[in-house]
Amino acid sequence: MVPLSHYLILSAVLFCIAVAGVFLNRKNVIVLLMAIELMLLAVNTNFVAFSRYLGDTTGQVFVFFVLTVAAAEAAIGLAILVVLFRNRRSINVDDLDRMKG
Amino acid sequence: MALTFQQFLFYAFAAVLVGAALGVITARNPVHSVLYLVLAFFTSAALWLLMEAEFLALTLVLVYVGAVMVLFLFVVMMLDIDLAALRAGFTRYLPLGLVVAALIVWEMASVLGPARFGPGRVAAPAPHGAGYSNTKALGETLYTQHLYAFEVAALILLVAIVAAIALTLRRRPDTRRQDPARQVRVRRRDRVRLVRMAPERRPAPAASEPGGRTGTEEA
Repeated sequence: MVPLSHYLILSAVLFCIAVAGVFLNRKNVIVLLMAIELMLLAVNTNFVAFSRYLGDTTGQVFVFFVLTVAAAEAAIGLAILVVLFRNRRSINVDDLDRMKG
Repeated sequence: MALTFQQFLFYAFAAVLVGAALGVITARNPVHSVLYLVLAFFTSAALWLLMEAEFLALTLVLVYVGAVMVLFLFVVMMLDIDLAALRAGFTRYLPLGLVVAALIVWEMASVLGPARFGPGRVAAPAPHGAGYSNTKALGETLYTQHLYAFEVAALILLVAIVAAIALTLRRRPDTRRQDPARQVRVRRRDRVRLVRMAPERRPAPAASEPGGRTGTEEA
């Protein structure tokens, strides 16, 4: 049987790869969204692992809700991306300075 | 130490998962990134199956790979993006990203390592029997204790649908379309005008042709 710590460290590695992806691809909104999906995947793996090893189904129910929210986030994020590209002809983060933030 | 088959599967899937995640963030083409992400989701579903979370593993494949990733793929292929400009700064931020990622891995591994969550601390659970249904257990928890959260999740999905449609719907003034309200509202006198005029006199009947044409066409 694989110990719990292996799953935890695997999802920590996955999360950190996603964090590094946010650093490396800070111009490309699509890859930023995909890095966020990877982070959510790592978190979900943690939830499933704890749910299995502690014998509590609630962790898996929480994964269910995280998947729901992540799907909604991806849909709205991609819709914003499409509108953005239609207006600016670019998805470069550096071009998105109209609000002077 | 000999690996059991389950451990071998875990290490194999973990290696594929880390490789796919590295592919997501380093691929030059966003389409390749999406495909690597699909591989990562598939491999995670296999890992979740190893943890006997069958329902969520299948949901991940069906909902995530089947719907969300295909949506990503559509959007990536639809947009005509300048890849060179987006890649600028990749090597500049590479050392910083690697240092931060390595730091976080080290911190997390020192907390989550075998000293605290190893086999000595958290006992491995016994595998479920043949009659155990993960879907049934999940449903019993979801529809009793978490019913309110379930309905809120449905509301979130509805808001997401409305938001996505409202964002991407565009009105184009140059398209021709029917307006049923104006069609219904029209009166006869707007369209038809009856005029009183003297009857036209039919011309003298010509010699009828073999095709049987009558001579009414001429003005």
